[in-house]
Amino acid sequence: MRRQPLPAWADIILIPIINITLALLVAGVVIALIGENPFKAFAVMFQGAFGYAEGIGYTLYYATNFIFTGLAVAIAFHAMLFNIGGEGQAYIGGLGVALVLLTFDHVLPFWILLPLAIAAAMLFGAAWAAIPAYLQAYRGSHIVITTIMFNFIASNLMVYLLVNVFIVPGSMSPESRVFDQTAWLPTVHDFLARFGIDVAASPLNLSFVIALIAGVFVWLFVWHTRWGYAIRTVGFSEPAAEYAGISAKKIIMLTMLISGALAGMAGINEIMGVQHKLLLDFVAGYGFTGIAVALMGRNHPLGIVLSSILFGALYQGGADLTFEMPNISREMVTAIQGFIILFSGALTYMSRPWLERLFGLFVREKSTEEVPHGR
Amino acid sequence: MASTDTTSSELTLAIDLRNISKSFGTVQANKHVNLKVEAGTIHGIVGENGAGKSTLMSILYGFYEADAGEIYIFGKRTPIRNSSDAIAAGIGMVHQHFMLVENFTVLENVMLGAESGAMLGRSITDAAAELDRLEREFGLAVEKDALISDLPVGQLQRVEILKALYRGARILILDEPTGVLTPQETDQLFAILRSLREQGTTVIIITHKLREIMVLTDQVSVMRQGEIVASRVTSETSREELAELMVGRKVRMSIDKTPAQPGEALLRVENLSVHDHYGVARLDRVSLEVRAGEIVGIAGVSGNGQSELLDVLSGILPPGEGEVLINGHTVTPEHATNPEQVRSYSVAHVPEDRLKRGLVREFIAAESAILGYHNASEYNGVFLTKPSAIIDHTHHLMEAFDVRPAHPTLKSANFSGGNQQKLILAREMDPGPKVLLVGQPTRGVDIGAIEFIHKQIVAMRDEGSAVLLVSGELDELMSLADRIIVMFEGRIVGEVAASEADEKMLGLMMANAHTPTSTVSEEVPA
Repeated sequence: MRRQPLPAWADIILIPIINITLALLVAGVVIALIGENPFKAFAVMFQGAFGYAEGIGYTLYYATNFIFTGLAVAIAFHAMLFNIGGEGQAYIGGLGVALVLLTFDHVLPFWILLPLAIAAAMLFGAAWAAIPAYLQAYRGSHIVITTIMFNFIASNLMVYLLVNVFIVPGSMSPESRVFDQTAWLPTVHDFLARFGIDVAASPLNLSFVIALIAGVFVWLFVWHTRWGYAIRTVGFSEPAAEYAGISAKKIIMLTMLISGALAGMAGINEIMGVQHKLLLDFVAGYGFTGIAVALMGRNHPLGIVLSSILFGALYQGGADLTFEMPNISREMVTAIQGFIILFSGALTYMSRPWLERLFGLFVREKSTEEVPHGR
Repeated sequence: MASTDTTSSELTLAIDLRNISKSFGTVQANKHVNLKVEAGTIHGIVGENGAGKSTLMSILYGFYEADAGEIYIFGKRTPIRNSSDAIAAGIGMVHQHFMLVENFTVLENVMLGAESGAMLGRSITDAAAELDRLEREFGLAVEKDALISDLPVGQLQRVEILKALYRGARILILDEPTGVLTPQETDQLFAILRSLREQGTTVIIITHKLREIMVLTDQVSVMRQGEIVASRVTSETSREELAELMVGRKVRMSIDKTPAQPGEALLRVENLSVHDHYGVARLDRVSLEVRAGEIVGIAGVSGNGQSELLDVLSGILPPGEGEVLINGHTVTPEHATNPEQVRSYSVAHVPEDRLKRGLVREFIAAESAILGYHNASEYNGVFLTKPSAIIDHTHHLMEAFDVRPAHPTLKSANFSGGNQQKLILAREMDPGPKVLLVGQPTRGVDIGAIEFIHKQIVAMRDEGSAVLLVSGELDELMSLADRIIVMFEGRIVGEVAASEADEKMLGLMMANAHTPTSTVSEEVPA
């Protein structure tokens, strides 16, 4: 009956583990139902994600995208804003990268192109978030609705641009030309090869490091700057922000601009690091997955990096699974990923009340003091 | 007159509450309350804010369940666990804040939740007919196809009453029904309530306006600190007696305080008006002055413009009309300001609502301790904050104001109310502001802390600050303030020197029943 507020370690470690276990349990039942051995399937997935260098490379390459989009969702959430538009912001961020590279790839050296491309990714992503942010702050249109809408607008805009503007004349596929090779982000295997370390080729590139730097930046910004302080004040208590003289409107703008810029950075990984050209649908749902990543990572950069790697492993291990076990289709893998997202994202706190009661059984102290705090 | 004979059909008790008690944590909101309301009468419940009136009525309407006690409705023991139980027992409630769907019509609002079937067609015809009958019977004219968002406040209240009657209410509870009404609308409401009484409905009205009690009710019960301290037949009592009962006769806490040495005016308000989004005047041509070295107290029943006054002075709310001169800086509707700028004028503000505004519950104490001052150069480098400077400063504040436990990294929510308040006071008073705005400095604070807080405020005054003090505690105003200004419905209705004030006089002024010599204000006609 009596509930005990959970200690921090249970909140941060135990609940995610319980949620993933539950998800694997349900997924395992489904795999068993189609006549395959779930233990073998999970072993294959794990092996595919972490068992060999190329697999690890792919896992971290996917994780790079998730770190960017997850951070984008998280920073917005600290101001109690739900940015569903990471998908569109990443898409437009990629457009910014492509514009810079298509214009300057034969002219400028790499070390000038890189900061330009990063600036463009951030600027374009931020710009795509700016309009919903303005509508929320000054017109009261709900940010969830407007960011969703802007995903569709981004999608259609990109189709138009690729079909009518960027397409290589005479080509049948809506893609831009390939950038000059000097403008490509160095991959990790190339980089390591220079030191004589031979690693199997994978798309993992420099942007993984940039993603980790972005994580450190977000951590510092949210918890160790006055702007982060203002963001959290608005997120926790608008009356307190109003009292303190913090303008919620300005904070909404600021937060969403940073959020959009972070999402836009996914374009660096995809366009400059992997595809080396602008093409359709390169975002492939990374923006949406970022929501689950942020939820699971408790909106903390460290948690986001860890959950990004988990989701990267799901993507990569899932791809291997379809090779190894032909009975398990791509859709099946998507379903397994779906279970994990469902249990650790949407149902994050499902197990919490039970766990609190369980703790209440063991801990017999004055537990009337405080209600457990949110999120 | 009151009868306990429940078998008599003449004098049936519509409501008989026996020994109702209710606590919220350590706060006892209702203590062994016994209340008898005769059927077919209008019964008033008066009391100061926090006296437990609303809690008692919420128990009757099933929002809260009483910890102990029994409820008898029309002589029958009736357990009320939720509002459906209350409605089934024939109780209807009109809330202070209307609970209507803005973009529904009157008819849709009235039938909401009481539809007679899955298909709306028949419900609508039935409801329309019933609504017509009710409107005719009780003289409650409302256009039933009008959209709620198009109706004025007085009409909305009628819709709430119709909603209750439509559900078969024989007992109608109104919580502060006249708070948002104009005097004319109030008169119309009273006419409606009287006609409801003629038709046999029992009416309970919660208010703190004594004038309304005297004009409208048959009987009145007075609540103070969670208890019913008296019940009277209205015709046999007076405003004076009720005011005395309401406020109580507590011993005035003595504070060692020398006479004020007022200097120049640091805060001057001229003809300040503010209207809310209903167009109701929350501040109505307010003019006042606070000089260096004096404490000016604002008395008034909560909701009569004191909060808005603090909000305008602290820069949260822009002035609607008029002018504010604050430590040499002019604020007008054309030149509005913001809280951060006001702080830079050496103004500090201790907000009335400490949990919502004064601090952020989720923050650690050190973070709450810089709320509003978070941009100050001593806490910030070029990009990063200086955590050690913030922690050190919090240590200093906690020591100076005896905040316990003195742990700057403890979450704000985990401090007791008194210690939260001391932390806020420390934050606001430590910079040594020239103008100090204080709202409810000791609300929910234990006795020991109250004394400490009072001393600090007086010390601030003696150092030459101008202090504006808003408080619901008359004792506090009388012992702390040098002058007391009384507000009623957004106006200043009187001013007295604290040395000449007593509870009864202030109580009457707060209910706008008595006009002192210094300020002229006309009585609202009944």
